Amino acid sequence: MIRYLALRLLGVAGVLLVICAATFTIFYVFPADPALQACGKSCTPERLAMLHHQMGLDRPLWRQFTDYLTGVLAGRTYGDGPHAVQCHFPCLGFSYQNDTPVWDLMMDRLPTTLSIAAGAALLWLAGGVAAGVLSALRKDTLLDRAMMVGTLTSASLPVYFTAMTLMVLVVQIGGLLPYSSYVPIGSDPVGWAKNLVLPWAALALLYAAMYARLTRASMVETMAEPFIRTARAKGLPERTVVVKHGLRAGLTPVFTVFGMDLGALLGGAVITESVFGLPGLGQLTIDAIDKSDQPVVMGVALLAAFFITFANLVVDLVYALLDPQVRYA
Amino acid sequence: MTALLELDGLTRTFRTRRGTVRAVDGVDLTVRAGETLGLVGESGCGKSTTGRMLVRLLDATSGRIAFGGRDITRLPPRRMRPLRGQLQIIFQDPFSSLNPRRTIGSIIAEPLRVQGVRDPGPRVREMLERVGLGAEHADRYPHEFSGGQAQRAGIARALVTRPRLVVADEPVSALDVSIQAQIVNLLAELQRDLDLAYVFIAHDLAVVRNVCARVAVMYLGRIVEIGDRDTVYGAPAHPYTKALLSAVPLPDPVAERERERIVLRGDPPSPAEPPAGCAFHPRCFKAQDRCRVERPVLAEVAGRQAACHFPEVH
Amino acid sequence: MSLLTVRDLTVEFPGPRGTVRAVDGLSFALERGRTLGIVGESGSGKSATSLAIMGLHAAARVGGSIELDGTEIVGAGREAVRALRGRRMAMIFQDPMSSLHPNHRVGEQIAETRRLHFGASRRRAREDAVRALADVGVPAPRERARDFPHQFSGGMRQRVMIAMALACEPDLLIADEPTTALDVTVQAQILELIAGVQRDRGLAVVLITHDLGVVARVADDVLVMYAGRSVEKAAVAELFTGPRHPYTRGLLGSLPRLDGPPGAPAPIPGNPPDLLSPPGGCPFHPRCPERIDGCATVRPELTGGAHPAACHLLSAPEEAAP
Repeated sequence: MIRYLALRLLGVAGVLLVICAATFTIFYVFPADPALQACGKSCTPERLAMLHHQMGLDRPLWRQFTDYLTGVLAGRTYGDGPHAVQCHFPCLGFSYQNDTPVWDLMMDRLPTTLSIAAGAALLWLAGGVAAGVLSALRKDTLLDRAMMVGTLTSASLPVYFTAMTLMVLVVQIGGLLPYSSYVPIGSDPVGWAKNLVLPWAALALLYAAMYARLTRASMVETMAEPFIRTARAKGLPERTVVVKHGLRAGLTPVFTVFGMDLGALLGGAVITESVFGLPGLGQLTIDAIDKSDQPVVMGVALLAAFFITFANLVVDLVYALLDPQVRYA
Repeated sequence: MTALLELDGLTRTFRTRRGTVRAVDGVDLTVRAGETLGLVGESGCGKSTTGRMLVRLLDATSGRIAFGGRDITRLPPRRMRPLRGQLQIIFQDPFSSLNPRRTIGSIIAEPLRVQGVRDPGPRVREMLERVGLGAEHADRYPHEFSGGQAQRAGIARALVTRPRLVVADEPVSALDVSIQAQIVNLLAELQRDLDLAYVFIAHDLAVVRNVCARVAVMYLGRIVEIGDRDTVYGAPAHPYTKALLSAVPLPDPVAERERERIVLRGDPPSPAEPPAGCAFHPRCFKAQDRCRVERPVLAEVAGRQAACHFPEVH
Repeated sequence: MSLLTVRDLTVEFPGPRGTVRAVDGLSFALERGRTLGIVGESGSGKSATSLAIMGLHAAARVGGSIELDGTEIVGAGREAVRALRGRRMAMIFQDPMSSLHPNHRVGEQIAETRRLHFGASRRRAREDAVRALADVGVPAPRERARDFPHQFSGGMRQRVMIAMALACEPDLLIADEPTTALDVTVQAQILELIAGVQRDRGLAVVLITHDLGVVARVADDVLVMYAGRSVEKAAVAELFTGPRHPYTRGLLGSLPRLDGPPGAPAPIPGNPPDLLSPPGGCPFHPRCPERIDGCATVRPELTGGAHPAACHLLSAPEEAAP
């Protein structure tokens, strides 16, 4: 198990390295000169040259990449002499726009994104799985058909449409909730939740619909397995048959997908954050792309990649715990 | 009779998580033109792997396959293609081996098209008649057929190119007993009419006894006994053959309850961890020290070949 | 009184293309300590019968009567039948691999029934499970109880299924093709085990199989089914020495045998009936080599004392005519 874990962690590191190299190539072979961006309007050639040197742009490309990697892993120093700027671990560079460390910018935004993703995930997992299980157990009844039509509709509505509709109905017309803004959970938990209910609902509606369909398909298949017939033949109450024997096998594929989806969402729920004007990672990305703020774009891309590969690893480990046949594989 | 097919030290290994598995381990075999050779054994003994190798559906790891005197072991697909028509295979599950989206007629015509036959229609219809389906079945789809009919279609597809050798891999074990006999008789009739040789792979010893003139018994990738049907069934030399025959329940309650049975201990071992010495020794009722260390080779024993240090007959 | 009495059992599956009558008027009785073999080919209704006895049909309409030790099962409340399942009657299936839960430890799967029906504590039930494994010949039962099904061989898995079925000391064991998925040398072990526990515990066993050899080895009485009906019932020796129904004779004739001279068996012509539109009269008449005038129109009833069969040949010809 230790060996397996070590191998998997090595794999994650490898994937992140490849992603790092790919984004680096894309952003730094970009025609726009980052120093020119940072230099601003009243840029003199001397200042530009100084910035080039300070940002390490006068070094060979591969050195720039290793410098970047070193920064990520151990921190680095930009420039030398009196102009030297210390960038602490984990150093993802400085934003061209305001010279703030990219890491600090992202950590500022992370709580918002984390709150949106975690709340929505909880909602859609509970709602989607419950609806899917119910549908599977009442297969081919009116309830099942209605549920499947409903989920198909919900899954095909674009998230911005759901989000806008919710906002118009609940906030503008109903006046039931305030316009969303981010309130830290530490200072005001109720306010935190109140402000996030709508983004949660918008995301959850979309994902819950997909999860209901996935759960239903998986549970229908599982409940037809011979081992379910065995469980009934033992005289177990139907509730035990479903919960202990059915869900155990039927929800494994659902959790696999869940890990990946959650990981992807942690990289920023771009549309949802935009519609509700929440200052999360998604907003930061849009903003950075708009301003060609390459270090920020790259930082967010790396963070998102980290979340996804890490989620994937967690899913695989949990999978190994759930399914004895893949254990120590 | 001349040798149509010769296997010499045929071996197939698979790499698995738990190491290298020798699914087939040095099989020597000769099939003569027009004869039926039975290949029997329990699950995992390597009989199906052998069957697949000798029609080149699976490559041999080592050893040699000669068909009609020609070495085909490593023949590339392009040069194998003209031989495919002479070397065919029938599978156990008739439905999963017939493409559900194509008509029976086009499925049967396919091997002819591969051989470059322009208008396969007449030969397809003739073959359908021969297997007792009637030409009108050509336009139907596999799901419209019963299990027996689907297997007839599978046989038609295998035989439409007039092969000289057909590997029948458990051709009747998915079928009901009353239908099994129909298919067995059909195979025998086609053999007489078309001068075919069969390698008949089955786990059912009674079916093999009715079909085959010669029998090879496999255990853990090796042949443990091979000889004429009456010799092997009448007085088995290998203790495994004897136990296998004694394990088959006879459809005769009086004889069945009176006869002495050898009930083997345990399950057939996994080819991933073959026992040392004779592979059968942990389950053998007459194993001795020698069996645990020295692997017996096939040798002449009372008119057939057996691989046992202490055969039942001398 | 018989332990199990089945009277005029029908099992129907409604479907989009019509209703399939899988079991059609089946009656039999089984005493404690005896083994009844139910023989038939695919679609004969033998498995539908076993599931009906266990009350495990969800989508089917079940009619007639099934009494276990005086308790009616057909039409009884779900909870009432559930209390009998696993306790008074238990079942083992063809494929032990897919019939065991892949994610639960083997010991837990057995212990679960002890806790359910006997209210045993977790610890007690675990001990009981180890003993149950030992009873069916699983070596090192204490260690093996902690293993998962995929760590067992095919034969050992079927032993686990048997241990699970017998855990609550049922009166009736239904074995549905218990050795079909196993190798012949392992089949011999499992049949010996079933016969052994039956002898020791005085169980009533319903053995469902397509294999007449298996029936010859372990059954006391045999019921032959065709197209959902019982066509012949007899003590095992009588069935094999003097089969009365042409289908039974056909089945015995088509059997490949190890005894007697080798050679081509005599097949039954034709194909099994389509249950969506079963043939009228005797369902076997389209394939019957001995059919007479009334066979296509009049349904024969099971007649004939201790060895009844449902065939017009057995009644006077004038009665058979429509």
